[in-house]
Amino acid sequence: MAGAGGGGCPAGGNDFQWCFSQVKGAIDEDVAEADIISTVEFNCSGDLLATGDKGGRVVIFQREQENKSRPHSRGEYNVYSTFQSHEPEFDYLKSLEIEEKINKIRWLPQQNAAHFLLSTNDKTIKLWKISERDKRAEGYNLKDEDGRLRDPFRITALRVPILKPMDLMVEASPRRIFANAHTYHINSISVNSDHETYLSADDLRINLWHLEITDRSFNIVDIKPANMEELTEVITAAEFHPHQCNVFVYSSSKGTIRLCDMRSSALCDRHSKFFEEPEDPSSRSFFSEIISSISDVKFSHSGRYMMSRDYLSVKVWDLNMESRPLETHQVHEYLRSKLCSLYENDCIFDKFECCWNGSDSAIMTGSYNNFFRMFDRDTRRDVTLEASRESSKPRASLKPRKVCTGGKRKKDEISVDSLDFNKKILHTAWHPADSVIAVAATNNLYIFQDKIN
Amino acid sequence: MSQKQEEENPAEETGEEKQDTQEKEGILPERAEEAKLKAKYPSLGQKPGGSDFLMKRLQKGDYKSSHWRSHWSVLLCVYEMQKYFDSGDYNMAKAKMKNKQLPSAGPDKNLVTGDHIPTPQDLPQRKSSLVTSKLAGGQVE
Repeated sequence: MAGAGGGGCPAGGNDFQWCFSQVKGAIDEDVAEADIISTVEFNCSGDLLATGDKGGRVVIFQREQENKSRPHSRGEYNVYSTFQSHEPEFDYLKSLEIEEKINKIRWLPQQNAAHFLLSTNDKTIKLWKISERDKRAEGYNLKDEDGRLRDPFRITALRVPILKPMDLMVEASPRRIFANAHTYHINSISVNSDHETYLSADDLRINLWHLEITDRSFNIVDIKPANMEELTEVITAAEFHPHQCNVFVYSSSKGTIRLCDMRSSALCDRHSKFFEEPEDPSSRSFFSEIISSISDVKFSHSGRYMMSRDYLSVKVWDLNMESRPLETHQVHEYLRSKLCSLYENDCIFDKFECCWNGSDSAIMTGSYNNFFRMFDRDTRRDVTLEASRESSKPRASLKPRKVCTGGKRKKDEISVDSLDFNKKILHTAWHPADSVIAVAATNNLYIFQDKIN
Repeated sequence: MSQKQEEENPAEETGEEKQDTQEKEGILPERAEEAKLKAKYPSLGQKPGGSDFLMKRLQKGDYKSSHWRSHWSVLLCVYEMQKYFDSGDYNMAKAKMKNKQLPSAGPDKNLVTGDHIPTPQDLPQRKSSLVTSKLAGGQVE
């Protein structure tokens, strides 16, 4: 079966040896809801790593430069900037609270010294500028050093202010606020390869924005039926193609992916391509539709493939083949016999994300019990790893984990019934070039690096 | 369903093989789970979510939880709510439909509309998250 990954093979083959690098966040057992990480994203170079949380805050980490005097700190991520992106709001018309939780962060490609990112909650998208200031002017004529205005009549001489170095200050300021365009909850934002526009998707609609214009947006997909009783599916994720600025995809709660071309019409209600795996009617059950709901869709860096995450598996699709996926990787098939309790405790609705590595040769996604899974597309091998404080010694290798489903539990295996379903890894990110991954485990952010690197 | 066989311990069955074995036994794991669910909630309709479940969630306010937010049948209920003037109106209408007692005044903080006149102490506290994230405070290696 064709499992071609892009790019060349790094030295040492594709056998990763993941090691603990860093962990961020508090250790205490009582996790405040606001501290739960809701999104993780590397910027285009991988030098910056942004996290958003349920409290509406964004924390950005920056990778340390190589430093011969401190070899151990090479490649470490340290806090660069933090700010309150969104605040809780109240919609008085509908008597509904609007949560400040950051659903997604997407970086813009860097064009000058400043960094820009888009962050969104359920209703409002904001463009943030993060800039450095390492100089300040001294010797003003009209004001004192502490800023107080001087009496102009007392000034007897003029001087030219001098720029003096100061401690690095990183400032974040909101440059654009894109509001009031979504009736339903925003689940995705995606920056276009034209670097001028981006899309935002909610349950029923997708809007196209220009980064400079906040007072209007174009609606490009609308699946709201005239009669809401006829509603059968919702939009779950959307993304622009990495190179073709006219192409985007969106996934649905019914397990389908539609590819749309904005050149064909202004309103892309009719798809150009429709990706769906045919279902075996004999295996259909009450849960079939729920577990087929796609929680994330991501294009490969090459733009030739895309990946979709549903409740139990990750599927890799070739954009040229709509009839069935190229590859299907089981994430935690052992949960199929637990669907009843997973429905009762709502876990069946958990939305896991997935990501590609820089060369598209491997993919990663999260699971429960703070486990996360990696699939190597070239060697066809997969591994289960755990983000835990126990295996958090500096540069310690991560030991592969195994879940046992049968009666006989081997040593070091964990049985399905012992899994902690409150410890879910929904958000992971892979450095765009290097073998560095960021894994969000509730309120902690783990960073792992490949030993060979 | 086309599935790549994963390289696994040969002693373990893959999902597909397990299904085959159990088919021979007459039950698919998913179907067994479905039977369990229907046994617990006999009124569960064909549509996933079921109106009883949803009503329970709506009253608890759980429909706001992220797990349910994108579920299509939740949207239906949110839409349904928009037909009413406010949540008090909705609760009254639902109570009448079910021929239930109106929510009684008292310590039940979840149902502040209806009979009970809300006071500032009864309303759920608004969150204030103007505290620096713990991710930004101190590093642990």
